[in-house]
Amino acid sequence: MEMVEAIYFSLMRRSADGTSPDTFIMSKGHGCMTQYLALEELGILPSATLERYCKIDGVLGAHPDFGNPGIEASTGSLGHGMAMAVGMAYADKIRNQDRSIYVVLSDGEFQEGSTWEALMIAGNLKVPRLVGFLDLNDRQSFVQTSVANPNFYPVLEKIQAFGWQAIEVDGHNSVQILEAVRSHDHKRPLLVVCKTVKGKGVSFMENVPIWHYRSPDPDEYQRACLELESQ
Amino acid sequence: MRNQFAESLYECALKDDRIVVVVADISPGGSMERFRVQFPERFIDVGVSEQGMIGIAAGMALRGLRPFVYTIATFSAYRPFEMLRVDLCYQNLPVTVVGMGAGIIYSTLGGTHHAQEDIAVLSALPNMQILAPCDPLEAASATQFCATQNNGPVYLRIGKAGEPKITSDALEPFVFGKLRYLRRGTDLCIITFGHIMEMAAKVADHFDALGESVSLVSCHTLKPLDRESMAELLHSHKRVIVMEEHSVVGGLAAQTKAIAWECKALCELKTFSLKDEFIHLYGSHSDLQKAHGLSAELVISGCGFSN
Repeated sequence: MEMVEAIYFSLMRRSADGTSPDTFIMSKGHGCMTQYLALEELGILPSATLERYCKIDGVLGAHPDFGNPGIEASTGSLGHGMAMAVGMAYADKIRNQDRSIYVVLSDGEFQEGSTWEALMIAGNLKVPRLVGFLDLNDRQSFVQTSVANPNFYPVLEKIQAFGWQAIEVDGHNSVQILEAVRSHDHKRPLLVVCKTVKGKGVSFMENVPIWHYRSPDPDEYQRACLELESQ
Repeated sequence: MRNQFAESLYECALKDDRIVVVVADISPGGSMERFRVQFPERFIDVGVSEQGMIGIAAGMALRGLRPFVYTIATFSAYRPFEMLRVDLCYQNLPVTVVGMGAGIIYSTLGGTHHAQEDIAVLSALPNMQILAPCDPLEAASATQFCATQNNGPVYLRIGKAGEPKITSDALEPFVFGKLRYLRRGTDLCIITFGHIMEMAAKVADHFDALGESVSLVSCHTLKPLDRESMAELLHSHKRVIVMEEHSVVGGLAAQTKAIAWECKALCELKTFSLKDEFIHLYGSHSDLQKAHGLSAELVISGCGFSN
């Protein structure tokens, strides 16, 4: 949430009519609800559209669809967003476009070979305006990422070895996130490795795998809101 | 055909600076060398990274460019299949995916390098258009179409090198989505696509010499298929032969039979496709075709129309 908030409300430039030269891609498409909320807050997605989320007469589903307001790429199948972001960044580079691309990825999709292909190519192409955010919460559908793929760690050195600038931050600390992006040398792509806790701030959801899938019932929703509002 | 494709693409690129090329470890010193030298920033070799090749092309298309991706057919159609489906077709982006050396052209490289079922597989993807030109001239027209169309993704299935020019005297020009009569007759129609047109022309010559009035048709657009003209073709000829260097499953032969049933065609219809089998033989392209029943002689004898 903090990553998405930082990108939409502090990093992406926005003109008076609400348009931005910069691009956001939610490569971990299952995280798109945070994106929908940001787009609603910015007045890009009408609230009425969100109220029809996942309904037959609505347009928003559980993964983002290119063509909906503010959605710049379709994702959902993991391992697609980074390559598309690299293509955008390279297109901007060769056409001298003043545009930045921000892409949020999960640690789960860093197990996709396609993500590593794209990382390698991005490093080779030295795309200077591409900024990735890795949501390093050590959780995927069923198990901890560190259990499923212990050799994924350490992360930072691997990313740097692929020709990227890489910085690790507390992914729930907006100040650290923004400082990391502002330290980008713009000679190569930047990956901000954001250490996070899945379900952060709701005691009965934190790091509990079932909450990757289920939605809270009305009572659970109220309890979660109370916990978050008290923080 | 491969070299003509590269030449035509270069000419298109001179006129449109949105045209970019993404290849996967192939041909920088070959037929695309001119493009690479002239437009180094518009040419990316991603190495052996076909998924990245498609994803990057999608990203460039999302920025308004017109990417062509290029590698051997099996690696452009199968290896990055989900990227074709999601990045290109689902988002309906104008990216041309070139499958070079399609069919069983790479005869000595084994089944890993054969694209026998590419049309069946890619036809199933919504928004995907499929082109298979039959000679270098038709490849040039198809390339020009791909460089200027705005419909969505295209799979451009081409041969390798050395195919003869067959369409120099064609009755009709290349029109996307339309059957193309190279010759027009009334008795027998031979319809095919891609690099086996030379073989089909030999079959046509044979029946022509026997006094038959023969049509020879290039079905260069496999998707969307010109169903209306197919129905007309099936009604207006007494006998029809379909030839394809593609699996019997889901190719032109299967689609022609379906159309013939739907339009209640009364013609005699014979089809010649590759078998639904992997090929474990090694020999010339022609050797492998024959092993699956594809040669002018095998079609002539197999169709039973000489009697």
